[in-house]
Amino acid sequence: MLRSQQPLQTTARVDHLLIAEMVAEGARVLDVGCGDGALLQLLTDTKGVDGRGIEIERERVNACVARGLSVIQGDADQDLDDYPDDAFDYAILSLTIQATLRPKAVLENLLRIGRRAIVSFPNFGHWQVRTRLLLTGRMPQTENLPEPWYESPNAHLCTIRDFAELCAKVNASVERSAAFNSSGRQLSTRVPLTVQNIFGEKAVFLLKRRSAY
Amino acid sequence: MNTVNPQEFDLGAEPRVSEAQRPSSQTMHFDEPLVLDCGQTLAPFSQAYQTYGELNADKSNAILVCHALTGDQHVANPHPVTGKPGWWETMVGPGKPIDTNRFFVICPNIIGGCMGSTGPASVNPKTGKPYGLSFPVITIGDMVDAQVRLIDRLGIDQLFSVIGGSMGGMQVLEWAARHTERVFTAVPIATAAWHSSQNIAFHEVGRQAVMADPDWCGGRYLELGRVPRRGLAVARMAAHITYLSEEALHRKFGRNLQDRTARSFSFSADFQVESYLRHQGISFVDRFDANSYLYITRAMDYFDLAAEHGDVLANAFKGTKTRFCVVSFTSDWLYPTRESKEIVQALNAVAANVSFVEIESDKGHDAFLLDEPELFATVRGFINSAAAKRGIAPAHVG
Repeated sequence: MLRSQQPLQTTARVDHLLIAEMVAEGARVLDVGCGDGALLQLLTDTKGVDGRGIEIERERVNACVARGLSVIQGDADQDLDDYPDDAFDYAILSLTIQATLRPKAVLENLLRIGRRAIVSFPNFGHWQVRTRLLLTGRMPQTENLPEPWYESPNAHLCTIRDFAELCAKVNASVERSAAFNSSGRQLSTRVPLTVQNIFGEKAVFLLKRRSAY
Repeated sequence: MNTVNPQEFDLGAEPRVSEAQRPSSQTMHFDEPLVLDCGQTLAPFSQAYQTYGELNADKSNAILVCHALTGDQHVANPHPVTGKPGWWETMVGPGKPIDTNRFFVICPNIIGGCMGSTGPASVNPKTGKPYGLSFPVITIGDMVDAQVRLIDRLGIDQLFSVIGGSMGGMQVLEWAARHTERVFTAVPIATAAWHSSQNIAFHEVGRQAVMADPDWCGGRYLELGRVPRRGLAVARMAAHITYLSEEALHRKFGRNLQDRTARSFSFSADFQVESYLRHQGISFVDRFDANSYLYITRAMDYFDLAAEHGDVLANAFKGTKTRFCVVSFTSDWLYPTRESKEIVQALNAVAANVSFVEIESDKGHDAFLLDEPELFATVRGFINSAAAKRGIAPAHVG
């Protein structure tokens, strides 16, 4: 399952703005799990990208196409295999990897399809998550992860450290990473990973394939 | 240019026959032979077509609408035989998703058809008689090759869009595969890249019904002044079921009785659904040629875009520059979503620019012709954003 978690928003999300900053002008972009198309629209408007999207929910796909975005109905777990190598400059997975069935395979596909991959995800290492689990002994529910475990679309939650390890495992080099705290402010990039993993509620990674696959 | 003398062989006053031979549409004649996939040539030949809107100065705003099996060129004007509204008036017209205030819309009758383009009901100039079964077996590719001649003659280098549903969608795919540089956008709706075994099977039932009618006369009924009414009506009835869904039939008719309160214990049309199908069959015969039905269903059966490209569908679209918008409907079991997805997968494999929308509808395959707001919104949004990229001026009002 692949589901964009964000409701329709009129103002750009902070992680979207950071992604837009990472993407080069006029690039070819695939947004996997593009939701209502907010990020694609932002990238089209501010960076003039040639953008494509994949989204699992029919109504969202139709809304995207009706507003002129090139979006197909599909699933990150199944449909990425269809794309050729290096088809895009950037393959983006925004707050979606935790909802995939095979995050490692999806990440490998992103790195194959895109010359660079941009992945954002909710950080399960955030101090609120840690303290709730510690104090209540239950799966944490936070503002960022609001559903109870049995209703959550998230199948594979991870921490910033976990994700950094996965990147090393799939031979991706981290060109840039950033974390945002719960008020949406970006943490200083000078802060070590261990601290980001405590205070970051969401993280964004810009990745590049290290070698030929 | 005109080598056919339509006055030579007058086959009666029936509107169906006269439209085939003296269409009320514009008609373009072609003397240079059309080389067909079967190896034969067709010459001379004609194509009847309708246009709507105006071609702009740089000829960039032309949209080709391709019709389905039993459709024709009368997409947005009253039908000359039935008097009914055009078959896609909800989609094509001033202010409609395909806005004729902005675009120049061309809809030709396919070759093999019976509304004025050369087909089995046309008079063969060599014999002075209707072609009947001496008409060569044509393919979707042949239909498209003929349309290319028409577009050439109109002086249009690149079509802004080629749009069609069902068999019209097959033509769209063939256009995009054979002439990507001439197709800026392609919108194949409720269609597939090959005809399934089940679809071939239904077509065969229809053809056998036509050929079993004694009035078919081995295909020479026009010469003999007869019409295989019952056979063609049965073919239409069977086909019509495939255009609907069980849910739509149930919603529309249920087990309701027609004009009676109790079963008649006979074989008259007790049920509303029977009465409806009989009406569909009978009214179809008044406007369609039985041999055309055989030829066109055959062309659809033969359609297999992958087979034309080394059994790899993606090869059909290699290097494509065309922007695609593929549309399917949830309850369409004739051309199910799965088959649209195969097209999308092939397009993704060559990194084509593709959108794909599955629209929820319980109306079956026919949904593409009906009032489906989500379809209109999709086509409108896709067309308008592509038109902006192509630099086509917005619609002028008034």
